[in-house]
Amino acid sequence: MATRARRSGGLSPRRVLAILLLLGVALYAGIAGASQWAHPKGKWVPLLGLDLEGGRQITLQPIVGKGQHVSAGQVDQAVDIIRNRVNGNGVSEAQISTLNSSLIVVSLPGNPSQATLNALAQSSQLAFRAVIVCNSADPGYLQGQTCTQMAAPTTTKPSASSSPTSSAPASSGSSASSGATSSGSPTSSASPSSSPRSSASSTSSGANDILPQAYLADTKTPSPKTTASLSSTDRSSSSPTSSATATPTPTPTAPQRQLPGARPEPTSASDTAWGDMPVDQIWVENGMATAGETYTQLLANFPCTQSQHVSGPAAEKWREVAAQAPADQADVMCSQDGMTRYLLGPVEVSGKEISGATWGNETNSQGVATSTIAVNLSFDSKGKSAFANVTERLLGYGQNSAQNMFAITMDGAVLSSPRTNSAITDGQAQITGNFTQSSAKELANQLKYGALPFSFKELTSEQVSPQVGTDQLQKGILAGLIGLLLVVVYSLLQYRMLGFVTVASLCVAGVFSYGLVVLLGTTAGFRLTMAGVTGLIVSIGITADSFIVYFERVRDEVRSGRPLRAAVETGWKRARRTIIISDMVNFLASAVLYVLSEDNVKAFAFTLGLSTVVDLLVVMMFTHPVLTLLARTTFFGGGHKWSGFDPDRLGARGVTYAGRGRVTIADRKAAAGAASATSGGEA
Amino acid sequence: MASFAQFGNDLYTGRRQINFIGRRRTWYLLTAVLLVIAAIGIFGRGLNFSLEFKGGSQVSVAQVKDTSNFDQRARTAVQKAVGSDENLEVTKAGASTIEVQSKKLGNGTSTDTDKVATALAKEFGVGANSVTTQFIGPSWGSSVTHKAIQALIVFLLLLAILLSVYFRTWTMAAAALIALVHDLFFTVGIYALTGIEISPATMIGFLTILGYSIYDTVVVFDKVRENTDEAIRQGNRTYAQAANYAVNQTLVRSINTSVVALLPITAIMVVGIFLLGPGTLLDLALALFFGIAVGTYSSIFIATPLLVSLRQRETSIKELNRRAKAFQTSQASVLATTGTRDQHTPGESVSGVIEPERAKAAATAMATKTRRREIHPLAKRDDD
Repeated sequence: MATRARRSGGLSPRRVLAILLLLGVALYAGIAGASQWAHPKGKWVPLLGLDLEGGRQITLQPIVGKGQHVSAGQVDQAVDIIRNRVNGNGVSEAQISTLNSSLIVVSLPGNPSQATLNALAQSSQLAFRAVIVCNSADPGYLQGQTCTQMAAPTTTKPSASSSPTSSAPASSGSSASSGATSSGSPTSSASPSSSPRSSASSTSSGANDILPQAYLADTKTPSPKTTASLSSTDRSSSSPTSSATATPTPTPTAPQRQLPGARPEPTSASDTAWGDMPVDQIWVENGMATAGETYTQLLANFPCTQSQHVSGPAAEKWREVAAQAPADQADVMCSQDGMTRYLLGPVEVSGKEISGATWGNETNSQGVATSTIAVNLSFDSKGKSAFANVTERLLGYGQNSAQNMFAITMDGAVLSSPRTNSAITDGQAQITGNFTQSSAKELANQLKYGALPFSFKELTSEQVSPQVGTDQLQKGILAGLIGLLLVVVYSLLQYRMLGFVTVASLCVAGVFSYGLVVLLGTTAGFRLTMAGVTGLIVSIGITADSFIVYFERVRDEVRSGRPLRAAVETGWKRARRTIIISDMVNFLASAVLYVLSEDNVKAFAFTLGLSTVVDLLVVMMFTHPVLTLLARTTFFGGGHKWSGFDPDRLGARGVTYAGRGRVTIADRKAAAGAASATSGGEA
Repeated sequence: MASFAQFGNDLYTGRRQINFIGRRRTWYLLTAVLLVIAAIGIFGRGLNFSLEFKGGSQVSVAQVKDTSNFDQRARTAVQKAVGSDENLEVTKAGASTIEVQSKKLGNGTSTDTDKVATALAKEFGVGANSVTTQFIGPSWGSSVTHKAIQALIVFLLLLAILLSVYFRTWTMAAAALIALVHDLFFTVGIYALTGIEISPATMIGFLTILGYSIYDTVVVFDKVRENTDEAIRQGNRTYAQAANYAVNQTLVRSINTSVVALLPITAIMVVGIFLLGPGTLLDLALALFFGIAVGTYSSIFIATPLLVSLRQRETSIKELNRRAKAFQTSQASVLATTGTRDQHTPGESVSGVIEPERAKAAATAMATKTRRREIHPLAKRDDD
């Protein structure tokens, strides 16, 4: 028949089979090549997903405030950063992917510690904020006691290059100030409130420290209403020089404060006037403050640990909000241990301006390593000048003043709040604190690999035991084999010898599917999960369905009275259309599932889509050519009663089917003639 | 199998026909009743969503050797680990797996879930490698559901386009899609009525049903189109008869494809129930099992009848039906004169198929009749 010749383009069934064989050989040659030369080396078995291999899978959800928007670019950036962090931790074979455009799924083999997992998810948006007020978070000490009298603050170790002169002019001005304390002496860096450890490094800065103590008095009083009176002095920090030369003029601001409704605008990031500013909208939205409340009130209500928390949102939530509070506003945070509460000025240096981070033992000014573990930061040029400004300004406050400190904040908590011993102008800073080797490494990694655009919280966390996974896989394979066996038995019962064509086709499909899964594991990182295995098992049925559609069509034609050879051709022509459209529908379903779903579903959709393609390949390039060849044998072509194409069994019995006027004896003769002509041409 | 093959042959040739289309009101009614029951299940009883949708924690300890008194032991261990065993559900899955589930373990953090995991591993004397933990935050489920619904809508839209283009008529696409939505709704209804838990794997199953059930419908519709095209050309059958004939001719194929698709799924279910316990494999298989069964039903009893109902309104189809009726009436009257009227088969009325012998007789008779008419009434023929 002309149509057949046109369709197959003159390709004989044998040639089609040869092409299929070549494809199969090429596929497995690819796997062999990958296992030899690919990096990392390919394997002969599929890569297994987390649920079969065992490991930890967490889903991270970005914490965003109202009105904030998560863009796809930010999520991609976050994925990259998390990947770097994972690799920085030496975890290999971690998978990180996105889900629903804003969720991030991290799969780690083995059993990673909770700390590692937490570190992955933290935004690590490091920020430097000036401390305005700090006090003990313990309610018993709430009033009166400032952190300068309690916990050991960490210190910034000024490097040798820090400018010794910068703060000198300020000190002269400070003597004219309130005079609450004696003017700074060069040795006053041995702050009485500092812990021995921190003071050790403080003293190392030695003669550089000329400490103006002009505002010491302010910070002694955590009650903001009183501190506000002294806060409106001009301490511009716009440039290092201006800061250095600025002479603080402690104009009393009491009259301003007394004006009802008039709040003094804070003049610098350290200004205690921030305490009288109304809190940002975000606190009100989250039910942590009422509109119009001041930061001072917020500070008093802020719970640092769950035990302090009285009513309303949990302490953890307060921290989340603190992390989201706008950078140009004051903020309230707790120290990581929950012992100290801080009122902080706006962000002055952000984590983006950090160019590098290392960790190691702290070195003192003589370059001798101490036993204290520190994280060393270096700033880029923008950060360098900003940091210089901050330190110079802070130097203007007394060593006993809370305002002398700045806070390094991350994820809504204060990592450390070092005192300022000298202005740091070379863009090098060192954070010390209660770091262990691993926590210092973690922080350095987080800083080095960049800050995530936002914090994440764990939405799900799943630990799969490898034994359970192996067990699942074995049982899954068992189920697949049983299913295959059932399909084979049913095919043989229904289609007799023809059933063997089904079995052979399924085997070919299996060989191709396996090869593709393995190869894609090597080349595209595809991993077989339980859902994927299920997809493969389910596809046995789908693949076999195509053969049934085909065989039934051929049988229809035999029933209509066609000889088998012609029946195979006409039946194929009709069945092909049905097989293609149904495979397209299935492929569409799996493609939609693949594009729009999470990891686990993706694997299922992928295997389903893959087996649809394989099905099409096998039915076109294996089943049909084989059947065409078999139709030429006497066993099948002659309609042996075990062939599955016995015209008698199919009710043809030489009767020209009458329901359809088309098929006539003339048609049959023409069909037979065409078939023999075609085969004759091929022979 | 011989009888099944014979059954298939008879359906194919029209010797035996089942009146699917003619009794479509019955199927509609039956389907409506089933759907109402499903709706009562879904909206009345509600669906039983798994932990993944509700949020919470689950710890399962596998390969436990001594499972005696597991409930009390698990509770005590949890109590010790996080201070409370409220809302705790302890179950035994399979032979040696203990599962502990709770809406909130401790403070409801993944850290506390891990604490419980360690405590349970110790209590039941297994290594950390035998413990699987799962912590699901409360907003996870809504995100999964949202995704699934999105996938559903996108799929239906693309499918509508694909089918409209393939069948070149919107009626077939519409009928196929209605059958599809029916399958999904009915399957979900089964879940609601039986209270079987819906996990994310079940959701995948639901979405896969879509592709699968349309497969069946497409196979039937392909034959329907072939037969109705022929009917329109020859004008010997009404649209309903041609469609009914197609359903009968593809019945064996539908049964075979469904059985073959269900066999591996049944294997998964058996292995899942007896060896594995609940999990991805079983949840998926169960959803597919229901879905494919319902899909086979709908492609025969809903999709094609619906297609006929939709197309009956078209003028071209009305015209065809009129022509076919006229043809069949004249054929019947001709056959009455040949005296073979009593031998008529069920296929004759429901699918417009008559036995080959009778068709031949009818054709001959028809020819004679026509010839007779050609002669002038007053003329006399030689053979009269």
